[in-house]
Amino acid sequence: MVKVAVIQYPGSNCDLDALEILRDVVKAKTDLVWHKDLTHDDYDAYVLPGGFSYGDYLRAGAIAATSPSLRIVKEATESGKPVLGICNGFQILVEAGLLPGAVLRNSSLRFVCTWTRLRVETTRTPFTKRANAGQVLEIPIAHNEGRYYLDKEQIPELERNQQIVFRYVNEKKEATEDANPNGSIDNIAGVCNQKGNVMGLMPHPERASIPVLSLDSQTDGRVIFDSMMRRLHGPGA
Amino acid sequence: MTTGSYVVEVIVENKPLARDPEGETIHQNLILKGGFNQVTSVRAGKLLRMNVEANSPEDARAIVRKLSDELRIYNPAAHTIQVRIVG
Repeated sequence: MVKVAVIQYPGSNCDLDALEILRDVVKAKTDLVWHKDLTHDDYDAYVLPGGFSYGDYLRAGAIAATSPSLRIVKEATESGKPVLGICNGFQILVEAGLLPGAVLRNSSLRFVCTWTRLRVETTRTPFTKRANAGQVLEIPIAHNEGRYYLDKEQIPELERNQQIVFRYVNEKKEATEDANPNGSIDNIAGVCNQKGNVMGLMPHPERASIPVLSLDSQTDGRVIFDSMMRRLHGPGA
Repeated sequence: MTTGSYVVEVIVENKPLARDPEGETIHQNLILKGGFNQVTSVRAGKLLRMNVEANSPEDARAIVRKLSDELRIYNPAAHTIQVRIVG
């Protein structure tokens, strides 16, 4: 049976939400694992949850990125296992160098907590396989440092490699400035590594995966976890 | 045995092309509003001041430069740093 780990860092606070969706909604055998206890690559997939690891000191994710658990995660990524970073988990993966770029303070200088529309830019990742390219998912964000940054001249390469996974869009599916909640370059909300098995995003799919939590009772976030499960169980699942 | 103690500062700021909304806000909403029109731009950053034991100021600076790179005191995708001896 496949096993998923949700890694807890000091200051993680969306770990239980991720656990609930994985265990109770998509029915994955899932363990909560304290980062210092993750000493072997014993799992089939890893989720780095949201929160404020180490108080966001120095930079969001920068200190957690030096946790020995990241060595195990890196080992897992090299063998092709799926690794998902949500919000602070995304920031940690970026700071650990497993994803490109940086995540800076929101351009509004405010903590932003709101629903966003995300356009699926690629379905090649284990987290978007069950979505359709161009599909729009409504998923909320809640962060102070979510402005994705990469030098402008590096964006075409990211695009060519199909590493841009989600963009913030408006109701017409257009990536406009108004639809961009935090000033991310090119409205980028989520990216993956070159291989596609490591993905990070600022929005919280675990907060949009059961009807009671969502706008209009939708469950748009589920497709990310369902896709991961299909990858883990093979195409027949 | 090291022979001296030095104060080394690391200043982390966004790369010139990465927008700095904090600096922009301080400039527009505080400094220009306060009438100091001579100030044409502001960049906000982060300052870390370290006491370092080393044999020379150059060594102290090299140690801090090394740790800044190795431990990613800054993210080279978005930031630049200056390392300087102040005492």
